[in-house]
Amino acid sequence: MGKIASSSDKSANGFMGWLNARLPVTQFYKDHLSEYYAPKNFNFWYFFGSLALLVLVNQLLTGIWLTMHYKPDAAQAFGMVEYIMRDVPWGWLIRYLHTTGASAFFVVIYFHMFRGLLYGSYKKPRELVWVIGMVIYLALMAEAFMGYVLPWGNMSYWGAKVITQLFGAVPFFGDSLVEWVRGDYLISDATLNRFFALHVVALPLVIVALVVIHIAALHTVGSNNPEGIDIKKHKDEDGKPLDGIPFHPYYTVKDIFGVGVFLLIFLFIVFVKPDMGGLFLEHDNYVPANPAVTPEHIKPVWYFTPFYAMLRAVPDMQMGALIMLLAIVVLFFLPWLDRSPVKSIRYRRWPYKLMLGLFAVAFVILGWLGMQGATELYKLMAQVLTAFYFFYFIWLFIYSRNEKYHEVPERIEDH
Amino acid sequence: MTDNVNKSRRTLLLSTGAVGVVGAGFAAVPFLKSWLPSERAKAAGGPVKVDVSKVEPGQMLNVLWRGQPVFLVNRTDQQTAVLESLNDKLKDPNSESSVQPEYIDDIYRSRKQNFLVVVGICTHLGCSPKYYPDLVPQQFDSEWKGGFFCPCHSSRFDISGRVFAGSPASRNLDIPPYMYLDDNTIEIGNDGEQA
Amino acid sequence: MKKNILILLSLLASSWVMAAGGGSYIGEKAHTNIRSVDSLRSGAKTFMNYCMGCHSMNFQRYNRVAEDLGLTEDEMMESLVLTDAKFTDKMEIAMTSAQGDKWFGKAPPDLTVIAKARGVDWLYNFLINYYVDPTTPSGWNNLTFENASMPHILWELQGLRKADFEVTTDEEGNKHKEFIGFETIQPGSMSEQEYKDTVRDLVNFLDYSSEPAQLIRMSYAPWVLLFVSVFTLLAYLLKVNYFRDVH
Repeated sequence: MGKIASSSDKSANGFMGWLNARLPVTQFYKDHLSEYYAPKNFNFWYFFGSLALLVLVNQLLTGIWLTMHYKPDAAQAFGMVEYIMRDVPWGWLIRYLHTTGASAFFVVIYFHMFRGLLYGSYKKPRELVWVIGMVIYLALMAEAFMGYVLPWGNMSYWGAKVITQLFGAVPFFGDSLVEWVRGDYLISDATLNRFFALHVVALPLVIVALVVIHIAALHTVGSNNPEGIDIKKHKDEDGKPLDGIPFHPYYTVKDIFGVGVFLLIFLFIVFVKPDMGGLFLEHDNYVPANPAVTPEHIKPVWYFTPFYAMLRAVPDMQMGALIMLLAIVVLFFLPWLDRSPVKSIRYRRWPYKLMLGLFAVAFVILGWLGMQGATELYKLMAQVLTAFYFFYFIWLFIYSRNEKYHEVPERIEDH
Repeated sequence: MTDNVNKSRRTLLLSTGAVGVVGAGFAAVPFLKSWLPSERAKAAGGPVKVDVSKVEPGQMLNVLWRGQPVFLVNRTDQQTAVLESLNDKLKDPNSESSVQPEYIDDIYRSRKQNFLVVVGICTHLGCSPKYYPDLVPQQFDSEWKGGFFCPCHSSRFDISGRVFAGSPASRNLDIPPYMYLDDNTIEIGNDGEQA
Repeated sequence: MKKNILILLSLLASSWVMAAGGGSYIGEKAHTNIRSVDSLRSGAKTFMNYCMGCHSMNFQRYNRVAEDLGLTEDEMMESLVLTDAKFTDKMEIAMTSAQGDKWFGKAPPDLTVIAKARGVDWLYNFLINYYVDPTTPSGWNNLTFENASMPHILWELQGLRKADFEVTTDEEGNKHKEFIGFETIQPGSMSEQEYKDTVRDLVNFLDYSSEPAQLIRMSYAPWVLLFVSVFTLLAYLLKVNYFRDVH
């Protein structure tokens, strides 16, 4: 291993000295970049954290710009989108960056979460990092759902109708709650207006704040790695982890490469196939919202479909809503459901590898089922897979109690 | 670390950084350009046709073009006769630094001598001047020979929209592009050259 | 309220199943070419001559169409625009949707983004699969969109045809209708191939108008991707250089 570059300390004098005495800029830079030691063995799965940040910035920027040209008015909203697509100079690009960005956000987040499952990143001492991440995921789902209502297409309208209808599953005052959420007896201008406010102001603020907290918590406990080895156990005489490298410059340059690859795929979609054959921008959303005509086949955008499949699998509305809610809630408890002391999948044995693999496959198939029309066979498949989804967590809780595993090395070895 | 590695690292840092900065520059273009007038704004700001057959000599018609008042004045011979004599009192009598199409002459500042078409916005701070057609002394000017007076900051313009010395406005009133479709119809915003 | 939704949903599900069994026939692909300016011009002409009597294109402007199809203002206004609209106007029609509802039962939809909603293949098949059917109010029926309320506007071009069906009854007593073929009653002014080309051009124009930016988008794509590739390659070399320190 060669010499690790580090920044020299020029922060005591001059302008930076003046500034640092008032605002600890240099210290902040050191704490989170130049002297934040990350394990040296990050692999492919570790690109998605920084990519999520990139997509967030893209959504904020393009979102602010779209807001400049859009009016949340039920009579005008559909036309406003076409106005942006045609009349606003470069409006089409800004909108496609935003719509593709929404889907990209979930792609990146799902990879990011699966990384956590692979390498046990949710385990002690990172439980809070995981839980905050889950809250971000929830906020993101609300953000995406409300954003989808704004173009005021027919799928926007009926999607909003079906999802707000879920509040009706709340016992006793469900129906009043639905009216309260909609601000009307149906999805209307009032609903559009409040969703707009939440989508462009409230939820972005919440998400940005949560992301800051997520990173602050992560940087307190330090990053996990594919080996699941704690690098803080072995430090040199200066107190630097022997298996760590400063985030900047090493992981900044690596992440910039990741950004390049991501942009290649992302911009390919934006410029060549922005509606992704109806997956990112659905055909029925090019029909203006019409309270009198339901689309032939109501389905949410792809990133919600696993949960939508669970909702439909249950023949009772209240139970279905409950199951869907539980499917998300159970993820919050993952740090305590998995009781194995070993973090990384690399040192766990085949039963865990097999089950995690099946879990991932089940989730993907559920997502596919959520996009299909409801036939008896598909419904049965969705029921089996939903059952397996929950079984996985019960199995994990029991199995991980006395799980057999391979011995975890003390240090990260060079490959 | 050898010097070789160091040197190639510098080269790579610079080239990646340079390409990145250029890329960021490209990325900024759509965002900046989206602030330009949209096709809707351009359509709304399109040429305006005005029928001037009803404008009697000495009268002024005020129409909106691109949301700005445009003054159409049917000048009397009496009003235009004094133009030449005012030259000494003006900042720019020959309209050398005015905003006006090439086919507009120096003194009459119009396509037809008697008919003035001018943007009714003071070149000082954007108020709309008032039309004082009569050649009688006014409170703001005891030797008034007809023209426009801006109530905001007392800029004075003659009946060709030329600014008097001593006014806060520095430039003559702007002349929009326009053309005669026939004797009585003027199209503002289109002079046959564009489109 | 909950019940209403469920009833609605089940109703729609059943109507969809029927539609799938009855008439959503897509026999051939449209094979449109968005890059063919001639095709787009021909489509624009057909659209303005035949469709715009009833259908608006409320989000599209004449001047944008002219620009993208390489037409001057005079060419556009004299040969294509049949109303007294201005060059920069949107392609609106005189009939309001309230009038449309009153006259046709359901107002003819705006067609600006219809190609995004339906897809070019569906539109193409819809326009070539009309046949005479005296049992419907309009006198027309359609293989692709059964019981469509829209009459066959282009019939003078395609001619009059009737469709032959074979009706079979299965063991459970359910009747099945199977399409056999068309029979020409009266030939149109165009041959079958000419008619299909005309419809293809029209659908191509609808595809263009559903997203005029696609012409620009496609032309930028290679350059954007090339630029990002160069950046990514440099970033990769930089990353490799830095990680020599680590391994």
